[in-house]
Order: sequence, then C-alpha cells, then structure tokens
Amino acid sequence: MMLTLAAKELKSLFGSPLAWSVLAVLQALLAYVFLGQLDAYLSLQPRLTALANPPGVTEMVAVPLFGIAALVLLMATPLLSMRLIAGERRDRTLTFLFSAPLSLTEIVLGKFLGLLAFLAAVAALPALMALSLYAGGALDFGLVLANLLGLLLLAAAFAALGLFFSSLTASPTLAGISSLGAFLGLWVVNMAVTDPNSTLHTLSLLKHLESFNRGLVDSADIAYFLVFAALFLAFTVRRLDNQRLGG
Amino acid sequence: MSNPTLTAHNLVRRYGPHTAVDHVSFELHRGEVLGFLGPNGAGKSTTMQMLTGNLAPSGGSVRICGVDLREHPREAKAKLGYLPETPPLYRDLTVDEFLILAAKLHRVGKGEIAAAVAHAKERCGLKKVGKKLIGALSKGYRQRLGIAQAIVHNPAVVILDEPTVGLDPLQIREIRSLIRELGGEHSVILSTHILPEVESACDRVQIMNEGKLVFQDTLASLKEQAGSGGLEDVFVKLVLNEEAAA
Repeated sequence: MMLTLAAKELKSLFGSPLAWSVLAVLQALLAYVFLGQLDAYLSLQPRLTALANPPGVTEMVAVPLFGIAALVLLMATPLLSMRLIAGERRDRTLTFLFSAPLSLTEIVLGKFLGLLAFLAAVAALPALMALSLYAGGALDFGLVLANLLGLLLLAAAFAALGLFFSSLTASPTLAGISSLGAFLGLWVVNMAVTDPNSTLHTLSLLKHLESFNRGLVDSADIAYFLVFAALFLAFTVRRLDNQRLGG
Repeated sequence: MSNPTLTAHNLVRRYGPHTAVDHVSFELHRGEVLGFLGPNGAGKSTTMQMLTGNLAPSGGSVRICGVDLREHPREAKAKLGYLPETPPLYRDLTVDEFLILAAKLHRVGKGEIAAAVAHAKERCGLKKVGKKLIGALSKGYRQRLGIAQAIVHNPAVVILDEPTVGLDPLQIREIRSLIRELGGEHSVILSTHILPEVESACDRVQIMNEGKLVFQDTLASLKEQAGSGGLEDVFVKLVLNEEAAA
C-alpha cells in the first residue's frame, strides 16, 4: 500500500515539469563545477606531485560536486515537498486517502518514500559524474560512497522536514517558504558560534554533512540524520491525526 | 430484516461549545437507498465525514457490516465507498490511472483490478474518457468519476454527498438512475437538499436539522404525512417546528 502511494507520488513528480527542471538545472550546475574543478586539477597536477601527501582527483573534483548537489537539494526539496500534503488539502483530495483503508503512517511513509526516490535520482547525478573520472585514473571509492551516503541522508532529513511543513497548512507556497527557511536555518545555525563544543554544532546539518565530505562515516552523524527524519515523520502523522480529531 | 450494513450509534460531534451532530443513530440495510435531507449547516456532511472515518466522533460509534470503524478502521473502510462534496480527484492523472489507484488502495486483488475498473467505468459512463487527464474533464464527467472511485472496489456501503450539485438536468437524470441501480447491490446513503431527488431515488428518508434527526421513516410514510401539500411543505414544517421548539 505504502509503495503504491509512493509510486503515485513519483509518477506525479515526473509528470510535472518542475521535477525535470530541477534535474536539468542541477545537471547544468554540476557539469560547470565538474569541468572547472577538473581543469584546475589538471593545471595543478605537476605541482601537486611535489607535495608529500597530495590531494587526489576525488578530493579535488568529486567532493565539490557533492557540495553543489547538497546546496541544490536545499533549494529544490521545498519546491517538491510543499504540495505533498498542503496541495492535497487545497485540492480537497486528502479525503480520498483518509477514506481508503490506509493508516496515517502508511500515507505519510508513502509520500516520504516517493519524494525520497526522486531525491535519490538527484543524488545519483553527482555520483555518476564522479564515477566517470575512473575512466582516466584512480578513484577513491570510499570517499565517493561516503559523500553519496551523506547526500542521501541529507535528502531523507530534508524530505521529512519538508513533508512536516506541508502537513501544517493548506497553502503549498507557505509550506515551501517555511521549509526553505528551516533548512537554511539548520544549515547555518552554528555560523556565529566560536566555541567548538557548543550544542549548536550538534544541531547544524552542515556540520554533520562535513564529516561525510571528508570521507568520515561516523555512526553519530548517521544517527543524527535518521533520528531527524524519523522525528519529523512522526510529527507529520501526529499532525494528520489531530486534523481528524479536531476537524 | 437482514443484518444492517451500516449502524451509527449515538454519534456526537462537538466543535468547542457548538454541537454540530447531536446523538444521531440510524441503520442501513442491504439494497436500500437512504435519502439524507436537511438544510445547509444541519450537520449532514459532518455526519458523513464521521461515517467514513475522515473525522473522529466526539462520542458514539459506527459499524460497517458489523466491523467497528474505530477499532478496525482498515477492515471497515475497505467496505466503504465515499464521494465527498468536492470529488477528490488528482488532476494530473488520467481516468484509468486514477481508478486503478483507487482499486489498489482499496485492496482489490491484483488479478481483479482491470475488471473492477472496466466495470466501474461502464456503470458510470466513463468508457470513452479512460485516457483523458482528469484536469481536462468537464464537471459532469468529474462527478461521474467521483462516483466511479467510490464503487470501484464493490463496497457494501456507498456514501454520496450531494452528487448532483452543479450538473445539468440531463446529467442529473443519469446520475439518479445510476444511484437507483447502485441500490440494487449496495446500500447507499444519498445526501441532498433537492427533494425530487429523494422522491425519485430513495426508499427511506431521514431529515436532519441543527444536528438532530427530526424525521426517520420510509418515503411512503413521508408522503403520507405530506398529504396533498407535497414533500416541500412537510420538509419546511419539520425543520421549522424544530426551530420553533428550540
């Protein structure tokens, strides 16, 4: 049931020009960064060999790609998640799901998985471009995989939070702008903090993503993203249940 | 009498201090079309939302074919078909895609989906528009599709909230004959404030006013009460009496 709903959401996404635009814009940006970094790497290569522990092509070309992809996710997820529940509420189609023999958890997870499947396609773009480097030299697969995992976990956290904001209102635009604000807030929440032990670092999405960017897969970071996503999915179920109770 | 397909027992719904539905109880039997009448704001739609699990009642219970809606919502909802006031249609799907989705979500077996969708389309006169996007359909077709999604899984109880609003006279006639047909196999609750609709399609009538049931009997008995004055007079009388008494 959950998967039926996820497939429907994915189909609706790919049926709209928005999803394709997101993929196209991302691909154009990625290509630009990819070629720029590759150029820089090639021109620096003779000098790099003189260093004792030189950065490899993966570090210099692939990692920035994932950085750009994370930023695009931050901008694009609100656009994609905003209509998931708010749009249905506005069009009064939520009744269709509520009247069907589905639990609220199934509805929320179905929508979440549909969006996450699309975001996984977004995350696959930089991964595939990084893999293309393998044709011309050695590649640090561990680093690429760590980056990909980080990006997927970030996508799950964004999708869950976006879905939650979408469940709060009947206006997709409002849901979208609130999600964007929340994402950006969580991105930069530790910016002004100088104390390295501050709890604000623990809250910052960027801080947790950084370890993955460096190739460090830390279970604490994985747990942060998973708990973050689970928490907002649970909030979304609660919110829909309250709507049924409160009318 | 056979076992009831739907039982509502002492349904109550409060919004803060306001009681929208006040201890409403009734039964529905197989093959019956129940006309649900009342002025705007009487609590008809609220009652229907509670019967279909879209709104939690403040008190009372609903049983569909003996299954409690609160305790076993899945089993109960699988036996229900609901067309709300605004047909819940995804504009970006085609008619076929939407009906297949509805059948799947209502747990129609894999092998039976195609047949169920074809049957629903035939009954609602949607054969020609299967490949069309819902967004491109006219109002009449959307209303028919709304009914089709409510009956595609062959539910025991079909609940229709004002299915003929905004349709032209010809379409109204078609929908009414469809409702009569549905009454053969399913139990139907038809909410409306159009009296001739009740006269042409329903076996039993219940009238609601200010959250309470003020009349509950067969159509024949309502007509008897009306005498020569017609249904309209007796409807006005029942509703106004209640207001005077309150």
